[in-house]
Amino acid sequence: MTYVLKKTGVLIISLILISLLAFLAFQIIPGDPTTKILGTDYTPERAEALREQLGLNDPLPARYLSWLKGLLQGDPGISYSYFMPVKEVMSGKIQVTAALSLLSWVLVMLFSIPLGILLARFEGGHFERAGIVLNQVFMAVPPFFLGMLFTYLFGLVLHWFMPGGYIPFSQSVPGALGYMFFPALAIAIPKAAKTAKLLRSSILNEMNKDYVRTAYSRGNSRWAVLRDHVLRNAMLPVITYLAMSLADTVAGSIIVEQVFALPGLGRLLLSAIGNRDFPVAQCIVVIIAFVVVFMNYLADIITQYVDPRVRLS
Amino acid sequence: MKKRFIAMVLAFVMVLALGACTSETPANDPGTETPEATGGMVEGGEITVGLYNDLDASLDPHMSSSSAGTREILFNIFEGLVKPNSDGELVPAIAESYSVNDSADQYTFKLRQGVKFHNGKDVTADDVVWSLSRAAGLETGEPLVGDVANIAAVTKTDDTTIVIDLKKPDTEFLAHITTAIIPEGIDPLTEVVGTGPFKYVSRVIQSEIVLEKFDEYWGEPAHLDKVTLKIIENPETLVMSLRSGAVDMAVRLNANQIKTLTNLKVLEGSSNIVQAIYLNNAVKPFDDVRVRQALCYALDKHEIIDLSSDGYGSPVGSSMFPAFGKYFMPELTDYYTKDLDKARELLTEAGYPDGFEFTITVPSTMQTHVDVAQTIVELLRPIGVTAKVDQVEWATWYSDAYQNRQFEATVIGMDAHGVAASDMLARFQSTNAKNFINFNSPEYDATYTAAISTTDDAEQTRLFKECETILAEEAANVYIQDGASFTAMSTNLEGMEFYPLYVLDLSTIYRTE
Repeated sequence: MTYVLKKTGVLIISLILISLLAFLAFQIIPGDPTTKILGTDYTPERAEALREQLGLNDPLPARYLSWLKGLLQGDPGISYSYFMPVKEVMSGKIQVTAALSLLSWVLVMLFSIPLGILLARFEGGHFERAGIVLNQVFMAVPPFFLGMLFTYLFGLVLHWFMPGGYIPFSQSVPGALGYMFFPALAIAIPKAAKTAKLLRSSILNEMNKDYVRTAYSRGNSRWAVLRDHVLRNAMLPVITYLAMSLADTVAGSIIVEQVFALPGLGRLLLSAIGNRDFPVAQCIVVIIAFVVVFMNYLADIITQYVDPRVRLS
Repeated sequence: MKKRFIAMVLAFVMVLALGACTSETPANDPGTETPEATGGMVEGGEITVGLYNDLDASLDPHMSSSSAGTREILFNIFEGLVKPNSDGELVPAIAESYSVNDSADQYTFKLRQGVKFHNGKDVTADDVVWSLSRAAGLETGEPLVGDVANIAAVTKTDDTTIVIDLKKPDTEFLAHITTAIIPEGIDPLTEVVGTGPFKYVSRVIQSEIVLEKFDEYWGEPAHLDKVTLKIIENPETLVMSLRSGAVDMAVRLNANQIKTLTNLKVLEGSSNIVQAIYLNNAVKPFDDVRVRQALCYALDKHEIIDLSSDGYGSPVGSSMFPAFGKYFMPELTDYYTKDLDKARELLTEAGYPDGFEFTITVPSTMQTHVDVAQTIVELLRPIGVTAKVDQVEWATWYSDAYQNRQFEATVIGMDAHGVAASDMLARFQSTNAKNFINFNSPEYDATYTAAISTTDDAEQTRLFKECETILAEEAANVYIQDGASFTAMSTNLEGMEFYPLYVLDLSTIYRTE
């Protein structure tokens, strides 16, 4: 229990630091939001009035605290470019990005775990050699390129989906998920290849240990040794890696959304930075950072249950 | 059996209904070009139009900061007392007729009867007074729309008559009175209500905008029932969406994008902009006219167009594009012909025998301008001038280069808000707030002032042309082209009308069988 408490403490401190950094980062980058908001109506007097209205003239610590307070109460402020609550600007878009990342994360697990086990099981054979070469290729392909490839192949040649024809969740949940399959696949493939490679080497590493030899000597088959003894130990580094890769799929979806014209957070983040819409940009950055930190935290907790030695050390 | 009978009756009724629609075609729409052999016109239906950029955050038609991309869509929702037609002429809209006094400082408008707002209310003289007063900033002293800043007073003399008094005489004022009329007292930030052929229905930020046909429109009604504007910022994705059929139509495509659009109809139009290397006339070395002229002699605009856009695009020689008709001067296009020796000579005279270095600042998202800038870098090498392209975000370009005038050179396109020559030429007066290139010519200022003050049309045209000639002689900028702009639409769509302005008129588009 103390272990969980300790980790929770670290989590909270990390989150506070992240919010501080996200806030500071957007104060440092050049560009004044008022010039973008006022456009050709810009006059120094109007800009000054607007700065006052937006609270940009308050000292930095005061602005940070009021922003953090709002964030904790679920109100991340008003968008500078749309003059409506950030929550409203982001509504609908979070679901798209969340669904896409989760879907691709599930695909990562579905592909990588069986593949990693099979590669280790058939170590030294033709299957493994061919598998490793293919795996290496898929690891190296960037998701946006796969995305363009899929759009062309499955969209324009095979007509399995209609590029650009995304159906929102509000209209049809299966329709939305169906459209998201190919973008999710584009994100998942390189990630799955990496995970499979890690799992394979982790398994092979365990296979050389003494307890495995003992297990063999008791007459177990290779499958039984793998399943009952090795896998639990070999999964430890993979759990951490998979947890972290959810954060990666979030980042990946931000790019792939553009290729598939999905109305997610990605485009919003880019335009918010371009337009100096700090409240929106900060909020998205904090959400992504939160996912990273929280998944790390979860991985720690899970590892600890799988392997009690972690708790004791 | 019974079901089948009903179905047959329904089918028969539908055929009759369709027949009725097609037979009405000629009477409905005499202006459009003859439809191709693809089939007759079908009223109704819906289409999806792909847009590169989301509309501005605010759809307030009086916000002068609205970008050209937003204005071209708002054209379908809002109307002014007059509006431009596809020939660039101003035709009465909410006003039925107008008259102007001899000194050109008082305009009287007679309002059309039976014009309705999208919210069902009739347009009254009070709405007109309120809208124009708001746009001209009569109460606040700060005009929202620069075009109508010249208004001194708007008065309603009776229920159908509006009198506008101007601060200074302006014979081109009619072109500025396209400013939207909106219902008195609404908050245009949250309510999008106009009188146009389409009404605003909904919007999801950075995703889509939905417009529907306004059934009580006073004029020629729209053919389509519903238009969904879908925002697709990635150019490749937009092309893929056109090919897959997810998007029925897209405008302002470039020569590269249309190459793969084999299953669609592609129409060529012009962008209605003046693309140039805009030079900051106040910084060294561009403060010297000889240096600016040297660049003009070193760069062949035809070559630039060939290299950057496969030869599509109309070369221009001053700040006026061909669609302006009577003001456009084709003779200025080749005012400078490529002559590298002459260019070197001018540079030597100006004190730069070995050339110089400068930076071209370009907004990174505007591919056409980036392509041209990169072409220029190569073409300037022979005269020893080293240019560097600096790609910046649009927000940075806008605040640094355009507003604060902190730049050496930039490649950009300037469009016109209206159909008046002043829309293109006003900015080059030395004291104009939009004179971001710091052009300073007393001769130009005097000619321009004379042009907007005269009431004689022929004399005015001559003076505006003189302004254009001064810009060319002084090499204010290195003028390049009015870029080509392609419209792609699925083969069962017809009726696209090209305007001499940055306008996308959705009301003329219709489906065919």
